[in-house]
Amino acid sequence: MTTHHQTKNLQGQATPLPDAGGHFGHFGGRFVGETLMPALLELEEAYHEFVPQKDFQNELNRLLNDYAGRPTPLYHAQRLSKHLKGAAIYLKREDLTHTGAHKINNTIGQGLLARWMQKHKLIAETGAGQHGVATATTAALFGMECKIFMGVEDIQRQAPNVQRMQLLGAEVVAVDSGTGTLKDAMNEAMRFWSAAVQDTFYVIGSVAGPHPYPAMVRDFQKIIGQEARRQILKAADRLPDVLVACVGGGSNAMGLFYPFLDDAVEMIGVEAGGSGVKTGKHAATLGAGGVGVLHGSKSYVLQDDNGQIKEAHSISAGLDYPGVGPEHAHLKANNRARYVSINDDEALEAFRLLCSLEGIIPALESAHALAFAIQEAPRRSTDDIMIVNLSGRGDKDLAIAVEHIDMPD
Amino acid sequence: MNRIEILFDKLKHGKSKALVGFVTAGDPNLEISEQLVIAMARSGLDVLELGVPFSDPTSDGPVIQRASARALQQGVTLAKVIDMTRRVRATVDIPIILFSYYNPILAYGTDAFYRDATDAGADGVLVVDLPPEESEDMTAQWPGNDLSIIRLIAPTTPAKRMTAIAKQASGFLYLVSKTGVTGSAGLDTGEVGHHVKMLRNVTQLPICVGFGISTAEHVRAVATVADGVVIGSAFEKLIEENLSDPDLPAILGNQTDFYKKAMDH
Repeated sequence: MTTHHQTKNLQGQATPLPDAGGHFGHFGGRFVGETLMPALLELEEAYHEFVPQKDFQNELNRLLNDYAGRPTPLYHAQRLSKHLKGAAIYLKREDLTHTGAHKINNTIGQGLLARWMQKHKLIAETGAGQHGVATATTAALFGMECKIFMGVEDIQRQAPNVQRMQLLGAEVVAVDSGTGTLKDAMNEAMRFWSAAVQDTFYVIGSVAGPHPYPAMVRDFQKIIGQEARRQILKAADRLPDVLVACVGGGSNAMGLFYPFLDDAVEMIGVEAGGSGVKTGKHAATLGAGGVGVLHGSKSYVLQDDNGQIKEAHSISAGLDYPGVGPEHAHLKANNRARYVSINDDEALEAFRLLCSLEGIIPALESAHALAFAIQEAPRRSTDDIMIVNLSGRGDKDLAIAVEHIDMPD
Repeated sequence: MNRIEILFDKLKHGKSKALVGFVTAGDPNLEISEQLVIAMARSGLDVLELGVPFSDPTSDGPVIQRASARALQQGVTLAKVIDMTRRVRATVDIPIILFSYYNPILAYGTDAFYRDATDAGADGVLVVDLPPEESEDMTAQWPGNDLSIIRLIAPTTPAKRMTAIAKQASGFLYLVSKTGVTGSAGLDTGEVGHHVKMLRNVTQLPICVGFGISTAEHVRAVATVADGVVIGSAFEKLIEENLSDPDLPAILGNQTDFYKKAMDH
């Protein structure tokens, strides 16, 4: 069967995306300086050669299960669902993984690949710090050297994660160029990699960056959707009606969506609306950006008329990024997924509501997905099933949340 | 033959080498920037690389990052760089290469870019983050080939890939002297010679070497093996150190002369 997500080649056979050059329709590809090109080609080759091997998969699965704590539960949030008087909300509990977010799925995968490629130094960029912590954790687990690039602004607002990374033995490199956020951390990581490309593996944390990263990160994250699919079939004996996930770069969303792409399941990606899309202070790249090239791939970006990248704004450091993974751009172009935005205050309210109704403190990133679910569920039948990816836990966000939420005496 | 081909042909017969200078257009502002490049051309610069500032220059070191940021603060856009090219072209006859990241060109429109850049008198374009694999995205609708496409070869580029890249290049090849970003220290001229030799085996195009070349010794050593020497961060550093000096054009002119002499001896 040919679906929206496949193209027919000349022989009439369906081929999965991306194509050999890493393109998802008009998006993706590899837009980097020549110094990095050979490294990306080497990585792509290693990825295709090593990852499918039985030994690799066995070790990956062992670590995901015994170390990262998979499978994560799919939890029917009954009090929340009842409160909203609408669709049944199920939470995919990525917050319960080791290190507290879905990021670990990918870092273990890439760390293992680094080991198979005999590269013993890891570098990574981080925004909220979750990917940095997950990479530092993986480096400690594998006995590798680790350097994490993080914007000065993010270092300030996610201090506990900085300490975590340092405890885990990583060097946190403060990036003060540009806006001092995730985009600048990624710039600096790419610059560092350009110089250290021979012995260093760059662990990109999202489904962004040059090929093969968007496909590779998706493939390491698709376990989220594979499990959720199995779990909902077991719990409800049918597929869900709608999937909801937050989108910064978009890895947790791609991970949840991907195994459902060929099913009649609605998909909604929730971007950060910051102070409101109309104010210009937001991170709604797919909703309000244009097509451009940033960090090695063609996708949607926030930019001015002259192609200069604009600053993103969000209360959540993990969503505060002016780009988005190319596969999301493709899903948007084909109307396979819908992208909406949730403002800072709506995310904070969802954060509070989940704490009080379900006893779960969500990451501010995930609170964006929840906030949309909270708006959407009452509009749907009580027979509908909605799966929300609870991509991370919110301990790291307590300081910000406490600042904005009226605390009980 | 375009200006680039004529130049390298002439240099070959005179057994001399090209001094290629990079400056970020609009640093410290468009007016002074224009004076700088004219002064450099008058002091013997053979090829001008005019940098289009970009918000996220991932291949550049701190010196060019800051230059780019200063130019953006002045409101410099690709359209303004093309206008500047037109004004410079009215005064000087050396080849002008527009040096850019891809996104400003994409936002400008790839066809409009070709039309306006050639019309303004640019001779070539080097798009740092556009490898040959993605190049058709830019050139698919170009009506001619009046804009040479300068391509990068890195120290990490394997021989087979060198051949493929050289086939798709025109004007000259830009050999990156070392891994890392622009302006990095630690130039290994022996290593450069080795890479030039490898590249000579697969191409007839002139080879210019850049990244991290700043001293007379570097220039002399690289000029003995390559057809041209590219200097960027060293010029930018000089601009940064003398931002408000009214003699800035003369300072850049003198430095150009200094490198040119180093090359000829």
